Amino acid sequence: MKYIDEFRDKEIVKGLISAINASARAKINLMEVCGTHTMAIFRSGIKQILPSSIDLISGPGCPVCVTSQSDIDRMLSLARNKDIVITTFGDMLKVPGTKGSLEKENAGGADIRIVYSPLDALAIAGREPRKEVVFLAVGFETTAPVIASVVSDAAQKKIGNFSIYSCHKTIPPAMKALLEAQELQIDGFLCPGHVTSIIGSRAYDFIAADYGIPCVVSGFEPTDILETVLMLIRQKEKNRACVEVQYARAVRRQGNVKAQEMMDRVFEPADADWRGLGSIPQSGLRLRKEYGSFDAAVKFRIPSFKTTEPRGCICGDVLRGVKTPQQCRLFAKACTPENPFGPCMVSSEGTCAAWFKYNRD
Amino acid sequence: MDEKILLAHGSGGKLTHRLLSEIVFPAFSNPILKKCEDAAVVPLEGTCAFTTDSFVIQPIFFPGGDIGKLSVCGTVNDLAVMGARPRYLTAACIIEEGLGVSVLRTVVASMAQAAKKAGVQIVGGDLKVVEKGACDKIFINTTGIGLILKTCRISANNARPGDCVIINGTIGDHGAAVMSARKDYKLRSSIRSDCACLNGLIERVLRAAPGVHVMRDPTRGGVATTLKEIALQSNVEILIEEDALPVNGPVRGLCEILGIDPLYMANEGKVLVFAPAKDAQKIIAAMRKHPLGKRAAVIGRVTSRPARSDTPHVLLHTSIGSTRIIDMLSGGQLPRIC
Repeated sequence: MKYIDEFRDKEIVKGLISAINASARAKINLMEVCGTHTMAIFRSGIKQILPSSIDLISGPGCPVCVTSQSDIDRMLSLARNKDIVITTFGDMLKVPGTKGSLEKENAGGADIRIVYSPLDALAIAGREPRKEVVFLAVGFETTAPVIASVVSDAAQKKIGNFSIYSCHKTIPPAMKALLEAQELQIDGFLCPGHVTSIIGSRAYDFIAADYGIPCVVSGFEPTDILETVLMLIRQKEKNRACVEVQYARAVRRQGNVKAQEMMDRVFEPADADWRGLGSIPQSGLRLRKEYGSFDAAVKFRIPSFKTTEPRGCICGDVLRGVKTPQQCRLFAKACTPENPFGPCMVSSEGTCAAWFKYNRD
Repeated sequence: MDEKILLAHGSGGKLTHRLLSEIVFPAFSNPILKKCEDAAVVPLEGTCAFTTDSFVIQPIFFPGGDIGKLSVCGTVNDLAVMGARPRYLTAACIIEEGLGVSVLRTVVASMAQAAKKAGVQIVGGDLKVVEKGACDKIFINTTGIGLILKTCRISANNARPGDCVIINGTIGDHGAAVMSARKDYKLRSSIRSDCACLNGLIERVLRAAPGVHVMRDPTRGGVATTLKEIALQSNVEILIEEDALPVNGPVRGLCEILGIDPLYMANEGKVLVFAPAKDAQKIIAAMRKHPLGKRAAVIGRVTSRPARSDTPHVLLHTSIGSTRIIDMLSGGQLPRIC
């Protein structure tokens, strides 16, 4: 099958592994900042075939996981409003708030509907004009343009009973925050392929230039990831730091300009709270003033809550890459996908979920 | 306009009788059912397998089958994988008021057809109607009884190191068919459910290799979950070869698009067979001679559980030459698939 089998070819994998083995001398820490990379790495067992000197560390790449506890609590309070239909991607359902989860609110009578596209949420609003329909907009630059276009559509069609609760975040400021925190030696970034297909590889120029950290934008198949690792090692070997694109079949330096324009028209950068990383300047996407009437937080005057993160949960440390799930005393004991304490165990892209599913021993 | 099922159809009165005599009895026609007793009286001699299952699938019609066919095949297969020859079923329907009578007619006809093909008789049943919203269109429960074939000693506890693991064909077709039939995904595909009664194929396998240790149909939770259950019950390690798993092209495509694993997708016409490795070729040959086993394959083997591991693992040898564990499905990939 085109675009699948070629990228999982055993012989190509063998060739890449021997090239990596030949180049990898010193210890090297590489971080992936995309949940889909995390899952792909675990699913094909890449860690096990890499030399032990290479450490692949999962960073804050899962949008559900990095959503702050206070945002989740505010979503739950929206769900408790009987006039509101909550629409969301399935991953949000089980995420525990300070009290309860959307799944539990649903069982308790809240109207929560899983959608596969924000377009479906807008369609519900059109069909049910007496209800208020709120879409929980959780994601990175990959989903932001689609949501922007839906909001712009709603404005054009004057659909007044639709709004979004935006927890959208952007990746480069989080990478910067990780480097500034200096908690962890990061020798290179596997940059997210799909985010970069939108924002363009130039978005990481400052990381290579100002921090001297190699960046390679990677695809998601095993050979993509291995080639990316090799490219990062080679930069490190040569003492170089630049932005390279391994995922050339999807990523351009300028990115998807049309999508960027759509995003810019509807959203503006704002400070945002990240689980584990705290408030990061200009790392969130807020609706621009012209679209203020579609902001659920304003429309329904959601209060801020005093929130507490689950006791013993180290999701924050896991998201920063400073601890692995197995260093958490709740992991696979009290905290499982059926009974999650923190979001990293809930989301299909979460680091704890990946470890639980593929790498427990 | 199509006549609708009313609450009165479930009252036990005239309308119920009309429904039964016009739709149900003619379709299932057999002397035991025709007696209309409170319980079916059936002759059976020997050790029996006895099972029940409820079907709540949405949508009730999907490519390759419908809730009627599924409700017969599901119970027939549960009996067959225990090494039993399925004989009698009962069927109980809970219907939402407002369902078209023609829909019920179609579902009943497809139950009758599946039963006939499997050689089982539907000898009893029940029909209830509930208010709109109290169920979704139609729910069906079937209970089945079968006679254990003399030579069999099959149990999920019986997997032994040295066994081979065989499946009779492609994985994930049912889950993928239901998924693409759901409107939410807005997908169009040629994928059909594998929904089928396996008793014919299984009898052939047992004739070819009476020493089969384990058989189980990997329905909800898919092959991955069933393998893990067997590993736990038999306290052995199971090693599966990713490259050996038969997957239909369109199913694979759908899984790639949605980011899901065919190992966790439901099947309704597949059986996993564990048997001594020396029987592997006999079983494969027997399966391939049957229409439901054309793509039968050995997908893995059983090894003893290493002393160091805390729990019996199922391991997947990935196509790039690495190894990872396979666990049970946690949470649901898709609710109400059977």
